[in-house]
Amino acid sequence: MKRYLILIFWSISFPVFSQEIESIKLADFQKILQSPNEKVLVINFWATWCAPCIKELPLLEKLHRENPNAQVLLVSMDYDLDPDIEKVVRFQNRKKLQAKILFLTENDPNAWIDKIDKRWSGALPTTLVINTKTKKRELVQGELAEGQLEELIKKINN
Amino acid sequence: MKALFLSLIMALLWAGAPIKEGYEVGDTAADFKLKNVDGKMVSLGDYKNAKGFIVIFDCNTCPYSKAYNERIIALNKKYASVGYPVVAINSNDPSKSSGDSFEEMVRVAKEKGYEFPYLVDESQTVAKSFGATNTPHVFVLTKDLKVAYIGAIDDSARKAEAVTKKYVETAVDELLAGKKVSTSKTKAIGCGIKWKSV
Repeated sequence: MKRYLILIFWSISFPVFSQEIESIKLADFQKILQSPNEKVLVINFWATWCAPCIKELPLLEKLHRENPNAQVLLVSMDYDLDPDIEKVVRFQNRKKLQAKILFLTENDPNAWIDKIDKRWSGALPTTLVINTKTKKRELVQGELAEGQLEELIKKINN
Repeated sequence: MKALFLSLIMALLWAGAPIKEGYEVGDTAADFKLKNVDGKMVSLGDYKNAKGFIVIFDCNTCPYSKAYNERIIALNKKYASVGYPVVAINSNDPSKSSGDSFEEMVRVAKEKGYEFPYLVDESQTVAKSFGATNTPHVFVLTKDLKVAYIGAIDDSARKAEAVTKKYVETAVDELLAGKKVSTSKTKAIGCGIKWKSV
């Protein structure tokens, strides 16, 4: 019985494995991109409506679980079509996503896409891998292939 | 011998140069010939009276394409009669996105009452030569196919009422007035074109 109670207590105190989704403005997001970080930043731009994004999420989740030297950030671009963060929260719960999710709350994408990366067209999915110490960056536009993230990390650390 | 050597060097230099895909503002676009939803082939050259074109890479399935659907229809209504018709092109690989098959294009065009061509770019060569990446992705061309504007329709995908900058309308209005396009390139969040697997 006691064990059962502990189990209930445990499941209440940790109802989901997911980390809380953080709303973020561009200026703060840019700080993350530029601040020195011991880990390689793996930033994935995605949205709940984007089929190829959803398809590649397991690759990012796997990297988050298995590579302690990579910091995975899933940056939701949902705001542009739907400013309600709840849709992203529900998606996170349904998919049990564990990697950190950011919800970028900026209008007028033309004003800021270039500030994230000049090479980026704005199309989703897009993944940016950054070694903040050497400032080396790799940008992948389109769906990731299996093993591609690991290769990019290797490349950026060389 | 010297000529041979020189041409060898030229060939090497050419091979080493990065392959530039896609048009920039000021480039001249190549005309194309693509199948329309009515089964007929369409080229820009067919439009003898056009002053230019609003070429839009679009599709059936992307939420951005859906959000802009009425605005695209309205662009054609406003500008086809003054010489700037909309020409919509779907380049998505239907094996990646079944809702973007030719049959579905025919259905959507009929359902929405498209009064402009909705062309299928099955080989994706037109999207590649233009350098289209998103849907919808607009290229405003002048009569001689000079690229005058590349980018988004406006600055608010979510709500047509919230638009403050009508990029395409402004560009076409400026061209019609014989002026230089003030904002000739913009970017937008959107769906990537569904490319065929290599």
